[in-house]
Amino acid sequence: MAYLEGKNLVASYGVVPILHECSVEVEKGELAVIVGPNGAGKSTVMRVLLGMLEATSGSVMLDGKDISMLSTQDRISHGLAFVPQTKNVFPSMTVEENLQMGGFIRQDDINQTIEEVYALFPILYDKRKQLAEQLSGGQRQQVAFGRAMMTKPSIMLLDEPTAGVSPIVMDEIFSNILDVRNAGMAVLMVEQNAQQALNIADKGYVLVSGRNEHTGTGKELINNPEVRKKFLGG
Amino acid sequence: MTSDSIDIINAFALLTNFVILPALSYGSQLALGALAVTLVYSVLRFSNFAQGDSMAFGTMIVILLTGFMIGRGWTISGIPTALLVIPIAIVFTSMYLLTMDRLIYRHYRKIKAKSITIVMSSIGVMFVTGGIVRFVLGATAQKFEDGERFIFSVREFKAYTGLEQGIAFKTSQFLTITIAFLLVAFVFYFLQKTKTGKAMRAYSDNKELALLSGIDPDKMVQITWLLVAALTTIAGALYGLDKGFAPQQYHLLLLPIFASVIVGGIGSPIGAIAGAFLVAFSEILLTYAYKKFLIYLLPLSMHPSSLVQLIGTEYKYAISFVILVIVLLIKPTGLFKGKVIVDE
Repeated sequence: MAYLEGKNLVASYGVVPILHECSVEVEKGELAVIVGPNGAGKSTVMRVLLGMLEATSGSVMLDGKDISMLSTQDRISHGLAFVPQTKNVFPSMTVEENLQMGGFIRQDDINQTIEEVYALFPILYDKRKQLAEQLSGGQRQQVAFGRAMMTKPSIMLLDEPTAGVSPIVMDEIFSNILDVRNAGMAVLMVEQNAQQALNIADKGYVLVSGRNEHTGTGKELINNPEVRKKFLGG
Repeated sequence: MTSDSIDIINAFALLTNFVILPALSYGSQLALGALAVTLVYSVLRFSNFAQGDSMAFGTMIVILLTGFMIGRGWTISGIPTALLVIPIAIVFTSMYLLTMDRLIYRHYRKIKAKSITIVMSSIGVMFVTGGIVRFVLGATAQKFEDGERFIFSVREFKAYTGLEQGIAFKTSQFLTITIAFLLVAFVFYFLQKTKTGKAMRAYSDNKELALLSGIDPDKMVQITWLLVAALTTIAGALYGLDKGFAPQQYHLLLLPIFASVIVGGIGSPIGAIAGAFLVAFSEILLTYAYKKFLIYLLPLSMHPSSLVQLIGTEYKYAISFVILVIVLLIKPTGLFKGKVIVDE
């Protein structure tokens, strides 16, 4: 049994069905990537795992416990953390306040964790008094990561972390993600840049129309001729 | 004084008595109301049309409690009894506003109604609240100020300074300016420095991310209403102590309050306060009759024969309205770069 499991998830927006018996799982210290065409339901999987969208059927298991009935906030306090694709910072608050808000639910001293985030992203320390809306795209992404890390999560969910950033920043973000994984966290991310993402992934899911089309290690998927032809541009 | 001399000191004393002090206290009252509107707008995402009538509601409680206290003889000499009962009145007003939220606004939040729908429902709350106040107290004006009326009166000021033109500093003005200053300082400290205040700003900034950070939306909404109740009750009570209580007057305060919020920049607390003083000073400066002021300043040959009043006091609400129109035409984001209302 994997650390986080979404089993046979079925979900819809109103009457529009999005997910049909879709399953994903990720272990601690593992990076799993969900790729697939637009509208395949990639982000919906994340929303269901987080409890932001209720699944019609299926279950979400964390460390062997069924958390399907928990609210988003309760799942956060159980160790899930999420970095949304857009609107992932508090724009009119400073970098430091963003981090403080990330640690909102913690009762203990959060300064140690703030220091750890600064150690991981030194530029944020220099900009700690600046408003998040004044930062560049890459820096803002680091604030978003930092905010999510403030709960000391055991699993990070990332929704298209490299959307709309330059190739250089993309490499930087991927290397940040590997750091997070190597620190022992489970990382599950949805990615548009399928080729690059599968390259660094331990495990990959190809989602089409809300169904698991292909599953395998990152390497297997890249070398799978069908996946290459359909999703990686040959 | 000899009638052809130029007398700057007396002119300034005159202006202080009839313009500066009244505008400072009126501005402070508007500022508290405007801050309440700003908080509701930032956190709950709607323009609260019930603000003026909620102030009347809070003041109604203050009046009832003041009557009760005076009836029992529970007063402290020199201090307006209204001041003593404000904390209890805030509790009642909080309960009323939280009840309205539970009965009405919560439903619209739940179904994610458009902002304009919630604004319309707040107009309903406005009529209901106004109705309750008139039902309980009647529609006529009343005064509820007791205790010492002046910090210093015109006569005392004249005797002390020897000036021809006196300045009176009313207790209500002193209380208004002091309490408003302290309350605004508290609200800013709360929003900037405390964990709950920051969470409120975070919730206002990005609701979904606030939820993901474990910030409880229901709690944020409740705390907002508690702050709004405090601001509303105190603003209403201070306005009533200063100018007397009349439900219609409070209802009409909505216009200068909204003008303040928009001039300052919607959603900006500091803007709401600056806007309030701008509106207050505009209203009073434009409706003041400058005849006596000019007589002090000009040589005899130039003394005005008319009142030199730019606009009649009966048009004072038109001033707020004109300011509103000008700002929306020229700089819709206001002085402090607030938001432009769009329906999300």
